[in-house]
Amino acid sequence: MTVVRSASAIEVAGLHKRFGEVHALRGIDLEVRPGEFFGLLGPNGAGKSTLINILAGLTRPDEGRAAICGHDVIADYRKARRALGVVPQEVVFDPFFSVREVLAIQAGYFGLGGRDNKAWREELLRALMLTDKGDANMRALSGGMKRRVLIAQALVHRPQVVILDEPTAGVDVELRASLWVFVRRLHEEGHTIILTTHYLEEAEALCERIAIMRDGRIAALDSKEALLSRAISKTLRVTTAEPATAVPSRLESKLRKRTGNILEFALQQGTDSIPEVLESLRMAGHVVTDIATEQASLEEVFLELTRGRISVEPQ
Amino acid sequence: MKGFNTLFYKELLRFYKVAFQTIFAPVVTALLYLLVFASTFKGRPDIVPGVSYVAFLIPGLMMMSMIQNAFANSSSSLIQSKITGNLIFILLSPLSALEFFLAFVGASVVRALCVAVGVYGAAIIFVPLPILHPVFLLLFGLLGSAGLGALGVIAGVWAERFDQLAGFQNFVVVPLSFLSGVFYSLRDLPPFWQTVSRLNPLLYMIDGFRYGFFGTSDVSPVLSLAFVATFCVAVSVLAMALVGRGYRLRN
Repeated sequence: MTVVRSASAIEVAGLHKRFGEVHALRGIDLEVRPGEFFGLLGPNGAGKSTLINILAGLTRPDEGRAAICGHDVIADYRKARRALGVVPQEVVFDPFFSVREVLAIQAGYFGLGGRDNKAWREELLRALMLTDKGDANMRALSGGMKRRVLIAQALVHRPQVVILDEPTAGVDVELRASLWVFVRRLHEEGHTIILTTHYLEEAEALCERIAIMRDGRIAALDSKEALLSRAISKTLRVTTAEPATAVPSRLESKLRKRTGNILEFALQQGTDSIPEVLESLRMAGHVVTDIATEQASLEEVFLELTRGRISVEPQ
Repeated sequence: MKGFNTLFYKELLRFYKVAFQTIFAPVVTALLYLLVFASTFKGRPDIVPGVSYVAFLIPGLMMMSMIQNAFANSSSSLIQSKITGNLIFILLSPLSALEFFLAFVGASVVRALCVAVGVYGAAIIFVPLPILHPVFLLLFGLLGSAGLGALGVIAGVWAERFDQLAGFQNFVVVPLSFLSGVFYSLRDLPPFWQTVSRLNPLLYMIDGFRYGFFGTSDVSPVLSLAFVATFCVAVSVLAMALVGRGYRLRN
């Protein structure tokens, strides 16, 4: 299936939302391009769910506007909702129906139901390994199966934009891997994917651009590579010929770990220099036999951003 | 339109799948009332000349069952969907507030009619019950159950817990339906209680519905029809306003 692309998959401008005293969104501006694999990260309470709910029409904003594929989520809600599929975070289901009934009903809400859609629903069941459970009541399924049905429900109307709100929370490793294979396939077919997850290695492996939210604002929005380069520190691992019992005093504050003859230093990006560290060690009588560097992971960048150690720049 | 059809069909399927509880149980309850009251008041003078007390009871019991089941259908479906969270699948769809409202009310009307037909079908085995004014019968049946279906939408949207809904049902719908002339005629009451009873919109539903069978009523059937239609429109407007605003649905 090939997806037709429009100007912006998601466009959000000046979005504010308050729940009583809580200012959940404080002026969000965001654009997700068609066909992107976009990560939306942030600690609990950062405003991710509120933003997703506004995009899905489940919550109304106090100020600002949001559009899916150019369709305003309030003024043009029918077209906006046809263009969007949301896999909710909570595993919810209707206990009265079987898997096939649930999918047929969901397609019907979107005015779909003919032979083409039936074939697509069967394809979804196959792709999500649910074919043999198609006639089972939703209550009879395991948690992982119910989550796969949620994904099928979100895709039953072939939306251009798919939001996956923590789709792998509480899912076993094998199922998680199969879900990502399927989501990658959707992305390759042209779907815009927006992913929220607490598994940052998943976002690092899959997403092209990432927004990190903090306190109802976008704290960072950039390509994955650019975000990783924002990290304050990187790791330098030095192997010495003999176990190093002491390091020069000017390196002590940078020493993170010492294991036998391996020294691990945390170097500040832009200020610390690897040659200077190596020269200090050599001057102290250590013979360096090997070195390795390791860039910060997305998790480290995330923690630095969400703890406010990297300043928030307007995006 | 297809989206509306699907939601309407889904709501029908929801009560059909548990028909034992949603259709047969209310029919049995109504027949038990009939049995108990018919036995207790055996030999009582006719309320309507030429109509036995048992025959007099049947239209009232039919309408009371319709009222209670129409309310229960929309309200319980909504509260269950809200509490289990599966309402999200409807809210994510491109259905309009009007389609949402009409599908829930439509399914309530169908369930109410099924229960009424069940009570009638079982009752006429024992008591002959002619229908003198089928159009009035149909109008009161449809408008009454639609009005209570709409009231069920209001209650289902408003309630956030099962006990809040049970409170609405037990302290509003059930007392109003019992005190609406199911078991007696308005003329049997003292003047004060007649005046109080006239404030109960369900009285006009039952009185008008009974007129459809016997051709006699306590209140003019046209006036009753106007009251019932006004009630139906008023609760529909309120329900639509709540659904349209997304009150306790989209927040």
